[in-house]
Amino acid sequence: MLANIGFGALLITAILSAYGIFAAVYGVIQKRARWVDSARNAMLLTFPLLTLAAVSLIILLVDNRFEIQYVASVTSRSMPTYLKITALWGGQQGSLLFWAWLMSAFTTAVTLRKWDRDREFLPWVIVVGLITLLFFLLLILLYENPFMKYWALPGGGIVGALFRPAGATLFTPADGSGLNPLLRHPGMIIHPPLLYLGFVAFVIPFSFAIAALITGRTDDRWIRLTRRWTLWAWLFLSLGLILGGRWAYDVLGWGGYWGWDPVEIAAFMPWLTGTAFLHSVMIQEKRGMLKHWNMVLIILTYALVIFGTFLTRSGVLSSVHAFAQSAIGPAFFGFIALTFIASLVLLAWRWSSLKAETQMTSMFSREALFLLNNLLFIGILIVCFWGVIFPLISELATGQKVTVGPPFYERATAPLFSGLLLLMGIAPLAAWRHSTVKTLGRAAWKPLVLSVLVVAGIFALGVRHWAALVGFWLVAFVTGVTLYEFYRGAMARHRKSGENLALAVVRLAGRNRRRYGGYIIHLGVVLMAIGIIGIEMFQQETQGTIPQGGELALGEYTIRYDRLDIFDAVDNRNVARATLSVFKNGEYVTELHPRRDFFYDSQQPMTIPGIRSTMEDDFYVLLVDWLPVSTAGATFKVYHNPLVNWLWLGGFVFILGTFLAAWPEKETEPVLRTVPAQARRLQAYGD
Amino acid sequence: MRGLIRSFWLIPLVILVVLAVSGVARAQEANPTVTDDDVNRIAKGLYCPVCENIPLDVCGTQACQQWRDLIREKLGEGWSDEQIKTYFVNQYGDRVLAEPPRRGINWLVYLVPPLAFLLGIFILVKALRSWKAGSGVPEAEGTADAPGQPPADEYIKRLEEELRRNQ
Repeated sequence: MLANIGFGALLITAILSAYGIFAAVYGVIQKRARWVDSARNAMLLTFPLLTLAAVSLIILLVDNRFEIQYVASVTSRSMPTYLKITALWGGQQGSLLFWAWLMSAFTTAVTLRKWDRDREFLPWVIVVGLITLLFFLLLILLYENPFMKYWALPGGGIVGALFRPAGATLFTPADGSGLNPLLRHPGMIIHPPLLYLGFVAFVIPFSFAIAALITGRTDDRWIRLTRRWTLWAWLFLSLGLILGGRWAYDVLGWGGYWGWDPVEIAAFMPWLTGTAFLHSVMIQEKRGMLKHWNMVLIILTYALVIFGTFLTRSGVLSSVHAFAQSAIGPAFFGFIALTFIASLVLLAWRWSSLKAETQMTSMFSREALFLLNNLLFIGILIVCFWGVIFPLISELATGQKVTVGPPFYERATAPLFSGLLLLMGIAPLAAWRHSTVKTLGRAAWKPLVLSVLVVAGIFALGVRHWAALVGFWLVAFVTGVTLYEFYRGAMARHRKSGENLALAVVRLAGRNRRRYGGYIIHLGVVLMAIGIIGIEMFQQETQGTIPQGGELALGEYTIRYDRLDIFDAVDNRNVARATLSVFKNGEYVTELHPRRDFFYDSQQPMTIPGIRSTMEDDFYVLLVDWLPVSTAGATFKVYHNPLVNWLWLGGFVFILGTFLAAWPEKETEPVLRTVPAQARRLQAYGD
Repeated sequence: MRGLIRSFWLIPLVILVVLAVSGVARAQEANPTVTDDDVNRIAKGLYCPVCENIPLDVCGTQACQQWRDLIREKLGEGWSDEQIKTYFVNQYGDRVLAEPPRRGINWLVYLVPPLAFLLGIFILVKALRSWKAGSGVPEAEGTADAPGQPPADEYIKRLEEELRRNQ
């Protein structure tokens, strides 16, 4: 019953979406407001309907209704309720439904707000949003239905079908196979929804961009309208990526946070274009330039959002043949191609009206440096994109798969990331419109001197790794510049109004939260860079099998293997838990408990490291193996990860900065008016 | 289908295990100094065809465990790192390596990104040049405020201006 309600809700939403698309287009073309309003109502209905579908599935999951194929595949009786709820995105079908649900939430939220103000754009925003939604709904309805049931055929055999096949009876397995144990972690519970939120939220600025192209309102109004949406989308995506890294570090048991896995890259690519977009829209707002480029960036971001979902959902990554066999692969491919080409055609159609209002005047102006920043982001994107699709090309061309692994990505992107850090230090010092080497040098020399001193200090401490020294110099320089920017701004206020310095900093940041939020994000990035330099360049590891009471040494640390306990836990898993004493320079520091959980229902193991974490370093121990008969010996893998905690601290600062930048203003929205090009030119010349 | 591929790979692996197990004792006698770290050094750069994108040194599956045992055995027999890698490539194809070997069509993976990036630089420089040429603003204007320290007022003015336009 519940399954039928869920399926019915999906079906009605799909029909409504198709109707909404038609009504909006017809209404605009025929200039009939009632049709447009009707399209809006259709849009507004999608959210409650999809909520009904999603809640139906959640109830089925929580209620152990194993006659539903999806429920049986991702839950089991022994799972706690909160995990059963998160199983909504623990498998293919549920994920797609969840995606569609969030998508409708965002587009509904957009259409609920400021309907009258944005009347010219919103019909087209509805069209783009509903087309995307309809695509996902069709995928679910036609290929990946989460409400399919098991049926026992009269002649024997079990099939999955939505409705009863002739003569069949409903079949209910005694228990489900349970959620993949890797997904049973707090990081994994929150990480996919955040990524999905980031993905679907980027559809909003894209919809407005397409609306701007269709209506011909190609000034920066669409950018100003979607500024916060874009920041929120970016916030969710960033948070999703950071939490994904943390989850990998805690659960995947390889001592790292990022493995250049295609699935990670799939989420990273829209983030790259999104970040480039966040920077380059500022040039359009300030200088009326780069209108074409901003359109290209948001179109690319949208395409990459769908492409990322396609990569992770179609099976194309394991093999191009899996892609050809799965029904949703070609559908995704077709949709990406169609939307991408249609967007580019629209862009070409409006090409001449997107002409820049002013021109670049200096190679060292902030806009020129932002362009360079965009080039570097796109460079990283190309490396990622090419690295992900090359194995497929190779398989198609030669029949042989190849692996494009971390060495390729690290070598190719390291200089580009360094370039971005350097720009992060220079660009804030450059003025809009014009700067010269001289004016830049005058602003940069203080942070420059400071950063050289810092590196000299690190060198004096004995660090001789040249790449690390360059990294630390960049970190020090960017930190210096960013703090100096806060200081300069606050001092200026302080001198002018006599505010005390702390208050001046707060008021300064409060008055332009995007600018200073951005600087805090930069600080977050450099803190993360410290962690990345630490783990990438100074990580040490060793592995050894030691008897009970035996020791294993790594650098300053020694572990002593005290004992191993093997027991069954209440949630249907077998736990092998080692107890280790950790000594640093011969002195006892702590006890660690690396363990291996084996989940009976899904028949999969999960390795949980024992970690001693400080700001200086992480000491990270994995229980690799043990001798089953006696507890005489066990194999441990030990990592020493210097500075890695700075990565998580940086992530926290990063998100804090994004919050500051994205939080809605007190006065609901800035007054939107179109500044005539002439006036803006005058303004721009005023600084 | 995936299951089928998995089981397909199991056949040579089972054979390998048998070989490996029979070889382990011999290997340990021949060279007892092969450590886990030696094995991991090689395993780090290898990928088994079953567990995609998980390097051999951290992969927890039985199949990968057997590969590591095989590495240990070969090391014990005195094989070099390169010989062992070549052995795996011959057995299972180029996909076991962390990066495609530099030959034939694989060159594309190494050449396309830098070429695309160079193209990007070229376009950017051209665009900047054409903008500058078309701007009609003399370069001198850009440097007009360069001499001398800018008074603090000027910075405030610029800051205020930037902030105002951001509202």
